[in-house]
Amino acid sequence: MKLQGRAYIFGNSINTDEIIPAKYLKTLDKNLLGRCCMSGIDKDFSKKIKKGDIIVAGKNFGCGSSREQAPIAIKASGISCVIANSFARIFFRNCINIGLPILEVREKLDIKNQDLLEIDLRKGGILNKSKNKIYQATKFPQFLEGIIKTGGFIEWVRKTRAEK
Amino acid sequence: MGYTITEKILLAHTDKKSIAPGEFIYAKVDFCLGNDITAPFAIEEFKRTGYKRVFDPKKIALIPDHFAPNKDIESAAQCKLLRDFAKAQNIKHYYEVGRMGIEHALLPELGLVLPGDLVIGADSHTCTYGALGAFSTGIGSTDLAAAFATGKCWFKVPETTKFIYYGKPDKWISGKDIILYTIGKIGVDGALYKAMEFTGEVIARLDMDDRFTMCNMVIEAGAKNGIIAPDKKTIEYAKTRADKRKFKIYTSDKEARFSSIEEYNLSKLQPQVAEPPLPSNARPVGELSKVKIDQVVIGSCTNGRISDLRIAGQILKGKKVHKEVRVIVIPATQGIYLQAIKEGLVNIFIEAGCAVSTPTCGPCLGGHMGVLADGESAISTTNRNFVGRMGSVKSRVYLASPAVAAASAIKGKIVHPEEIL
Repeated sequence: MKLQGRAYIFGNSINTDEIIPAKYLKTLDKNLLGRCCMSGIDKDFSKKIKKGDIIVAGKNFGCGSSREQAPIAIKASGISCVIANSFARIFFRNCINIGLPILEVREKLDIKNQDLLEIDLRKGGILNKSKNKIYQATKFPQFLEGIIKTGGFIEWVRKTRAEK
Repeated sequence: MGYTITEKILLAHTDKKSIAPGEFIYAKVDFCLGNDITAPFAIEEFKRTGYKRVFDPKKIALIPDHFAPNKDIESAAQCKLLRDFAKAQNIKHYYEVGRMGIEHALLPELGLVLPGDLVIGADSHTCTYGALGAFSTGIGSTDLAAAFATGKCWFKVPETTKFIYYGKPDKWISGKDIILYTIGKIGVDGALYKAMEFTGEVIARLDMDDRFTMCNMVIEAGAKNGIIAPDKKTIEYAKTRADKRKFKIYTSDKEARFSSIEEYNLSKLQPQVAEPPLPSNARPVGELSKVKIDQVVIGSCTNGRISDLRIAGQILKGKKVHKEVRVIVIPATQGIYLQAIKEGLVNIFIEAGCAVSTPTCGPCLGGHMGVLADGESAISTTNRNFVGRMGSVKSRVYLASPAVAAASAIKGKIVHPEEIL
């Protein structure tokens, strides 16, 4: 599956209070969460982005609370993928579980705001079309590939049960 | 080849014969929990699993503690979702306002988590129970939904970093100072995906409350879990609460493999204060003596236990809170609240000019019961000082021990407790 969108750049240790401040944790409305996405750090973020755009961040993206509303908000905002040098662990598993595409790239990323990116999710390849540079994301372990391919953890639980 | 405590507990909850860091396992959980901001999504997702009933209604806790007592109509609806689900599924450990406590103080107090258990919670501070020699870690709402259905969860077996603490720390040094110092040393991603195992003579001398505080904050270094090998204190604590349930004591083998070993001598350690906006910005209290404060919060899953209230009471006894400061004291459970009343601590707090609240996470995450305005600063015994954590994005939170927070309440600025006592 190929994704294409413009890059939005964030720094290191972006925390879940920045991704979705606690005052918005009173709802099950995913679209509302999407409209509040990243509002703790950039209150106009959800108005600026176009469907398919991509968040590019440094180390430890999604640190802090376990709130699944953080990846839910990012997914609902229209962001197609998050690329980071590393992810905080609960945020990482939440993304795998709900099917928000994420890619971890260890090397320093030469990507600027609004650069046009093309991503091959299956291969983990990232092409910065604005700079004609290619990056390779860390491969997911087989176990996680299984969850990702099934479409998320709930689907995986359903499938595992059906197979018994 | 030997195993760490973390590896032993994880292995014991699978059908496997061996285990290694980096490996993925699908393990049985002994207990799982959710709160009023994480369980509503879990309940929604549970409906999609195809399972009609939860795996075991005695092994799930649902605790409305974040925006409870209901802070507004939307929060009331979230709490009601928990209450209705608990009723429909006959969930035994639902704790209502008036009988509840902040989840990570309540579960150990009630003996619902014991040494050797594998516990997951849809709250990042679930790592607290490592103080009991249990494996416990924070997970998300979807994980909780799957655990409701199957009683299982997936894990990557973490590498373990061992921390050894030596020396004779000053009398004002608490578990909070030690963990802030440690996070300051290794950074907010210094233990990313790892287990942090705390050992050494200093840990042996800490009481259970201080050990809970240390394990509570390992997530602030990115860790998966914190863990302390059970000793006499742990066993005594667990035995008096275990009812009839048996528990298992695990310790790390001599040949256990650690990804690294960090050693600290704490003899000269000063009380620590973490400046905003990261818990890793720990400084000796003396370096922040010019910082004026508007609010003090003493409470939370980190520092709302009885020994925290005792030290705050010792400092505030017979004193008055600075006239430009508001102090909010939040005992973490109803049991702790009642104990504080019996010991005369609540009288001390109210006579000093503090507000004392029923248990809630409220101010820690800028929910209610002490939200900050633009330009305000707070010193707080909570666990996070991110931008906007306690309210306005233009407010500032300094993290400290109950002793430093109480002393600062009297002076109106950040001070060392020895300036009061």
